[in-house]
Amino acid sequence: MHSFVYRANALLTFAVTILAFMCAMASLSDSFNSPTPSAQVQVLNINWFQKQPNGNDEISMTLNISADLQTLFTWNTKQVFVFLAAEYETPKNSLNQISLWDGIIPSKEHAKFLIHTSNKYRFIDQGSNLRGKEFNLTLHWHVMPKTGKMFADKIVLPGYRLPGEYR
Amino acid sequence: MDWQGQNLAENLMQFMLLAFAVIAFGTGYLIASLNTMILIYAGGVVLTTLVTVPNWPFYNRHPLKWLDPSEVEKHPKPQPSPNVNSKKKPIKKKPIKK
Repeated sequence: MHSFVYRANALLTFAVTILAFMCAMASLSDSFNSPTPSAQVQVLNINWFQKQPNGNDEISMTLNISADLQTLFTWNTKQVFVFLAAEYETPKNSLNQISLWDGIIPSKEHAKFLIHTSNKYRFIDQGSNLRGKEFNLTLHWHVMPKTGKMFADKIVLPGYRLPGEYR
Repeated sequence: MDWQGQNLAENLMQFMLLAFAVIAFGTGYLIASLNTMILIYAGGVVLTTLVTVPNWPFYNRHPLKWLDPSEVEKHPKPQPSPNVNSKKKPIKKKPIKK
């Protein structure tokens, strides 16, 4: 009964069980990390603002996005997906979210960045509600671990206003 | 591998794997590298395999002492006599034939 294959099987089973436990512990250690990320976004310029022929408002803007997400990284972090969304309220919908820019941060060294860009994805409203609209820019992020649980959080930057007239 | 060798191999396997797991997790956590943890643990599993899976000589230090063949001859195992069986069987078969 106590053969070569029997011992190899017992060892493999026990080794994999311990490995699963170690991965669970690594994931658990992430919850002891209390990140303190920061972000600032400036709207440098409204490039153009127009009403499409189908009646939807579209706007193009130039943004300065700076953020420090280094504290999100732990030993169990593979990468962080981050995206900037414009959030505003219309009479029809209490929350509209439009993704303007996104990026994948592969390592802690790249987690402190300053990006000067026009909106990567088109800022189009479903309707004609954008003139003079007050909106938030929200930086969302999803932390993708090497093993275990994913985390997601956001920073809301309130107090932006779109121009009152098309240009 | 004798009985005590089996016990030793089993205990050694469990102890070594747990010890390598603790070392690997501690080192990986301290230098903040999950890759290091996996590599140390993988090395530990390979080493444990080499130590506890093959039938090394030190697992055979307590061989079982079987009785001499002469002892068996002095105390023969009681055997059922074949005559008793052969007499009983035809009696049982007869009612089936009718």
